Amino acid sequence: MLITCPYCGPRDVIEFTYQGDGNRERPDPASQNFEAWNAYVYDRLNPAGDHNEIWQHSGGCRTHLRVVRNTLTHEISSVAFVRGDHQGRGDHGSAARRKAEDKS
Amino acid sequence: MVERQSPEPLSPLEPEFHVGSHGNFEHGVEIILTETRPGSIVQLAAWPGEEKKLIAAIRTVTGLALPDGAGGGLSDGVKSVFGFAPGKFTIADEAEGLAPAFAKVVTPAIGTVTDLSHGRTAIRIAGPKAEWVLAKFFAIDFSLPAFPIGAGRSTTHHDIFAQIQRTGADQFDIYVFRSFARSFWKALCHASEEVGYEVQ
Repeated sequence: MLITCPYCGPRDVIEFTYQGDGNRERPDPASQNFEAWNAYVYDRLNPAGDHNEIWQHSGGCRTHLRVVRNTLTHEISSVAFVRGDHQGRGDHGSAARRKAEDKS
Repeated sequence: MVERQSPEPLSPLEPEFHVGSHGNFEHGVEIILTETRPGSIVQLAAWPGEEKKLIAAIRTVTGLALPDGAGGGLSDGVKSVFGFAPGKFTIADEAEGLAPAFAKVVTPAIGTVTDLSHGRTAIRIAGPKAEWVLAKFFAIDFSLPAFPIGAGRSTTHHDIFAQIQRTGADQFDIYVFRSFARSFWKALCHASEEVGYEVQ
């Protein structure tokens, strides 16, 4: 399985670490809503199809990525930085790489 | 007050560093391995939105103007710089003193300076088979169009980080953890045996 890191380009999955389900929403740390905490810790969609996931390119640029992966085919339909502010702000590259890849 | 002295850098490769030709070199040496031993190696990281200021600081200190593009970089033979992650850069210089020089211009509002002069070992692999040997180690594209001169790549070899900069058409500088450098060096020597290599 290859994941196309927005900074490094296509890399083998061995360079990446799965950081969990990307659909979870962490309650406010002060929240005492136990149902919300229970859902955050235990509830998973477990879809047979596209799944939002968080991955870290731990063996490369070490950024955290939002990945949409099909759990049936392993096809990856989108990869983006979790922190969206690397784009278009003199970020040294990620936007430029995407532009270059769009052209090719 | 006693003036602080910087410790003499010692090569971790020494017990396995054997100058001369090795392996299958009867038909010619196709790989040259050296340790470049830069005087300073630093990593710089910009806070989000401060990347342009950090790139300007790199130009001020080193005189090197970073090209745009992910992993973009350049080398003038003495100083080298390349990006290895969004807003993060590795800089090496033959001379000591990069970290204090950067600490003066990279203010806490711009980003951070990490001195890795004693933390990384820089190994240079050159020769017509350099791409071919490195392809045995790393699952990245080493062809010139995909990995242009000056550019940097951050990747791993058996879970050990390696930062690679292409400093010539058939020359690469590899920055590895100092504590893993000897084992990586031995592996690199073994991988180069079949094409004949020379340690300089």
